[in-house]
Amino acid sequence: MRNPQLNDKGELQHLLTIEGLPRETLTHILDTATSFVGVTAREVKKVPLLRGKSVFNLFFENSTRTRTTFEIAAKRLSADVINLNIAVSSHTKGETLLDTVDNLSAMHADMFVVRHAESGAPHLIAGHVASHLHVVNAGDGRHAHPTQGLLDLYTIRHYKKDFTRLSVAIVGDILHSRVARSLIHALTVMGTPDVRVIGPMTLIPAGAEKLGVKVFYDLKQGLRDVDVVVMLRLQSERMRGALLPSAQEFFKYYGLTPERLALAKPDAIVMHPGPLNRGVEIDSAVADGSHAVILSQVTFGIAVRMAVMSILAGN
Amino acid sequence: MTPVLPDPEALCAELVLQLKPQVTADTALVGIHTGGVWLAERLHAALGIALPLGVLDISFYRDDFDKTGLHPQIKPSQIPFEVNGRNIVLVDDVLYTGRTVRGAMNELFDYGRPASISLAVLIDRGGRELPVAAEYIGARLEVPSGRMLVLDRDENGKLRLKLDA
Repeated sequence: MRNPQLNDKGELQHLLTIEGLPRETLTHILDTATSFVGVTAREVKKVPLLRGKSVFNLFFENSTRTRTTFEIAAKRLSADVINLNIAVSSHTKGETLLDTVDNLSAMHADMFVVRHAESGAPHLIAGHVASHLHVVNAGDGRHAHPTQGLLDLYTIRHYKKDFTRLSVAIVGDILHSRVARSLIHALTVMGTPDVRVIGPMTLIPAGAEKLGVKVFYDLKQGLRDVDVVVMLRLQSERMRGALLPSAQEFFKYYGLTPERLALAKPDAIVMHPGPLNRGVEIDSAVADGSHAVILSQVTFGIAVRMAVMSILAGN
Repeated sequence: MTPVLPDPEALCAELVLQLKPQVTADTALVGIHTGGVWLAERLHAALGIALPLGVLDISFYRDDFDKTGLHPQIKPSQIPFEVNGRNIVLVDDVLYTGRTVRGAMNELFDYGRPASISLAVLIDRGGRELPVAAEYIGARLEVPSGRMLVLDRDENGKLRLKLDA
């Protein structure tokens, strides 16, 4: 089957998931992002690449942070950005997803950035729109959040250079996390030999080993000698049923404290996709400590999204 | 007909002679990737320029992005000095349509407002599509349109010109 992200020439037309993308494509995106990091540090933080193009942020699910970073990225590429918070708009009046997309296409959109609570919604849109349009998945259900996976990859490469000798631990709510899925695919493609997922049994999907990761239910065991610790947010809004007794109990067993972090390598970095739940998955002393690179992730995230949008728009 | 290609090392020495009288404490060199950076490194050392060398990759400023997309290998631009008020010499290997120079000027202005920008090139091959002219020229050369004239560097760092189909 043809990869739905690629055009007839095999170039990246949409970014829907990291799964199935070759290492060269990921490296190309990361290398391009490196150049954009320099742009965002200048006096004029803009380049004219997407001048005259219209980028529509279609957020069927609320996310201020991700929407803002996509908006900044598009504006720094000189695109016009239109934000639609559809969670409180036409969707509630009964318009279907594809009708919404058709209407916006008729307004001469060039790119859709889509966040949706249902896995697969960006795929559906990508398969529906005209061939000159581009779709970026900004997070769909439990499926994928490819730009987050790429910015995590960028951050790890920035601090650790070489993936082929790294141990990376992803900690917390793996079950509901599209961030974890995207990052696991990205790390695997880049040749990371040791990827671990750590969490309570109820928050680790059955068959997680098939993704090529080692599963740990004990945080202390799992953190031993890792180079990178990726803490996930405890997604309370996705919790249904009794998966966890309480946030306090989660912190007791899986919260990242300075003592537990000391089990990792001395130069380990701590990442978190945000927003932080201090005292739930991460202790403030770690979040604000010297190992944390959480705010660098935010800065790099804009450059990575600029890279993705400009590569797509050029294909 | 294939033109005889001059030795870039000799042209580089020629450019040093032309530029030498113009260099002041406020002169800054900026090379355009890739060939222009190699050339600018040479000129920077030979002229003893005090300000650090700047490099530009103008991929984000190309006017054919809609046609050709993003270049697969972009290097970061680095302007490690204050642009405001500086006399900047842009350095490129081959001057042809002038579109690269336009992109480079646009990018430079996103760093600040220079006092002046001038242009030094190893080869001026004519064929301009924009009102762009170089002050410092190693040699003028007629190259059939459709052929690519590029600067190359071997493993010993020696420069040579190459004509691609």
